[in-house]
Order: sequence, then structure tokens, then C-alpha cells
Amino acid sequence: MSNFEPNIIAFVCNWCSYAGADQAGEQKLDYPANVKLIRVMCTGRVDPQFVMNAFRGGADGVMVLGCHPGDCHYRNGNIKALRRFEIFKNMLGQFGINRERFLLDWVAAGEGQKFQKVTTEMTEKIKGLGPLVIRGYVESEVV
Amino acid sequence: MSDKPKVAFYWCASCGGCEETVVDLEEKILDVVKAIDIVFWPCAMDPKYSDLEAMDDGEIAISFINGAIRTSEQEHISKLLRKKSGVVIAFGSCAVMGGIPALANLKNKKDIFKRSYRDSPTNVNPEGVLPQTETDLDGCRLSLPEFYDTVYKLDDVIEVDYYMPGCPPTPANLETAVQAALKGELPEKGAVLLPDKSLCVSCDRNETKPDDITISRIRRLTEVQADPEECFLAQGIICMGPATRDGCEYPCVKGNMPCTGCFGPVSDADQGARMIASIGGIIDADDEGEVRDAVSAMPDPAGTFYRYSLSSSLLGKKREER
Repeated sequence: MSNFEPNIIAFVCNWCSYAGADQAGEQKLDYPANVKLIRVMCTGRVDPQFVMNAFRGGADGVMVLGCHPGDCHYRNGNIKALRRFEIFKNMLGQFGINRERFLLDWVAAGEGQKFQKVTTEMTEKIKGLGPLVIRGYVESEVV
Repeated sequence: MSDKPKVAFYWCASCGGCEETVVDLEEKILDVVKAIDIVFWPCAMDPKYSDLEAMDDGEIAISFINGAIRTSEQEHISKLLRKKSGVVIAFGSCAVMGGIPALANLKNKKDIFKRSYRDSPTNVNPEGVLPQTETDLDGCRLSLPEFYDTVYKLDDVIEVDYYMPGCPPTPANLETAVQAALKGELPEKGAVLLPDKSLCVSCDRNETKPDDITISRIRRLTEVQADPEECFLAQGIICMGPATRDGCEYPCVKGNMPCTGCFGPVSDADQGARMIASIGGIIDADDEGEVRDAVSAMPDPAGTFYRYSLSSSLLGKKREER
């Protein structure tokens, strides 16, 4: 599996994490091209359905990156995301999907280095886990 | 032969409750049979598959198929009914989104056979025999349908014209559909024959719901005496109302039991995702530990949120991760 290049989707919030990614760029910090960013206004807007759609659509890993607790532009959107994704992670395990394929973390606007670190670590972790194939679809099993 | 429209009912992987809905039409069934000819209904009549095979393509006006697709026989008959029918209605939650049988998608065929035929304490099976599709016995070859690894919803195997979820759909739901079909007033193909809004919209208890619900932890029904008037979610009891389609007239809630979600989600929603979004929004917990405590009374989120809709989950079925 050494040649495996994972597909990773990162939902990043407009106010902190996207700015953090921007700062990584300004500082010329490399991060893996496997990570594709989707900019959202707040992690509180990231419906668990978006994450499931990403997995179903071929993502091997999904990240949701938001403001540190207490710093949410909308007061507590990131805390709502934390509550939702804690339940979501329990459910992922029931579907036999390794919970490590999902990451919720906080990256502030000034944390370009942290952005580089979490995206690199996530990419390495998913490389180790291998590709995600969601099972139970009729196309592959009933002729 | 009468020239009344022909109707078929068929039962795949399900409990039979949907057939009960037809019986529960009570005396109204007399009006129904006045207007239609029931030509195939294995639950109540004695038709043979060869009778169905002998019919012309499209001869049956409407087929109501209930139950999920678990075996090759169910797939075969559904395909046959599709060929012989003008309109196919997926009738009941099992046909629409897998229903209760689809909870088996959190396991696989191997686990299920092992539990059912070997490990179950009531079994006597010292040789560990498992069902086979072909068996030779006394010079005869016996066959059984193949048991699939996955429970499918009906539209995974055939094209479905209309959907009527519910576990089971109510007799009123069925009557409305039959009347609409007889009058030629069925909506656009692919429609769900029920309102596209969530149960909370018409629930009586909606008025008691605070504008901003917060709950400190989820409670099991067994640990509280549920208030018969107040919104269940405000009491910390999981009620699937926010993620469930309206149309059942909420008999469970009227009986002081929370909604378990049998009518499935509204259009384009994943029931589990919608429910997580809902519950996550109201839990009063600020760090991971607190969240884990708050939801500790709910050890089985997949079984709770997809009790009737696992075959339609975006996450598919259980996979074996290395």
C-alpha cells in the first residue's frame, strides 16, 4: 500500500482554520496535496451528512477544523460541532469505519504551523489505514 | 374476466405488519375490492408463481411490494412483479429503506449464520450445519434461495414508481394511495406519497417545546416518568420527530411514547445524520468528556437513529477495516 495516495476532505471554518491554512501558505509551509479544503462559515454549519457524503463520495479521511473553543465567531458553533461529532464518531465505529478516519480539531488564524502539522499527520495516518471502500451498495453485490 | 384494474400485494423480508394494514382497512376493503381486482396476494390467497409468470407484461395496474430484499427469491419475484406491473409502490419502511431487517447490515452473513445456527443457546446442531442453496437428499436435489450478505431496499433491485414508508403505513395512507391511483391523481413518478415535512411540525407537543432546548443528558424511557404533554426532547428523551416524515398522525406520541422514526426521513436527508445534528445541537456539554457522559444512555446510535432506514444510510453497511 506504499503508493496509496489518500483522498482527504477538510472542512475549514472561514474565521480561523481557513485563515490558518492561508498563513501556512504565506509562510511557505508545505502540506500534503491529498488534503482538499472546503471553506465553510463555521464548523457548526458542517452537518454530519456532509461528512458522510464525503466518505460515500470517495474520501478516505475527513477533517473538520474550526476555531479554538471560546473563539468561535458565532459564539458556540464549534462546540455544537464537537457535540455532534462525538456522537458521530461512535456511530462510525458501528459501521466498521475506523474512527481515526475522522478528525475534529482546532486551528487558529495564526497557527499556520499547526495546520501543516494536523494535515500532515492525518495524511500519514490515512496512508497507514489504506483506502476506504464503503460496502453495502447494490452495484457491486447484486447482479 | 372483469375489466377492473388488477392489483398485487407481495411480501419480502418483513414482519407482515404491512399486510395487516390491508386487513385493517376493515369494511373499507369492500369498497376497494369493488373497484379493483386483487390478482396476487400470497399472504391471503393461494396464487402460484407460475400464475404470475403467465400474466402479460404490464397486466397488473399496481403492485404494492413490502419488505426488504434479503434473499434471491425476493429479488426474483420483485423483478417479475416489476415486469408485470404498470406501477410499483414500495410499501412500508422495509421496502423503502430496509426497515428493521436492515439492522442486520451492522453484521454480515457469516456472523448471522454463526449466531443463528451454531451459537444460539436453543440450537442443537453438533455438526454445525449451515443452510445451503443446494442439498442432495435421498437422490433428490433440494434448493433454497440464496441469503445475501446485505439487506437491500427495493429500489436497489428494481425501479420503484412511488414510495410509502411507515412501519406499517396506516390504513388511511393506503386508502389515500389507492384512491389517488384509481382517479389517476398520482403525483410525479418517484414521489413519496406522504407530506414532505417533519413530524414535529404537526405534533401537539411542539407548542411545549422551548425556543432553545438544552438537555444535560439523554435519559432512557425506563429511568423517567415521561410527562404526557411536554416535548420528549425537552425532557431529555430521544424522540426521532425532527428527523422523521410526517403522515402517521403520531399514535406513539399520543400514547406517551417517543417517535422511533418509522416513517423515515424527509426528502434528501439521511435520517441518522439529521438526528445527530439535532441531538448534538441541544446537548449541554462543552468538552468531549461531558459529551460522552451526556450520551452514555445511548450506546447504540446507529441502531437508534437508523432503526428503520439502515439500507438507505450514506455509510452503507458494516465493513471490515483491517
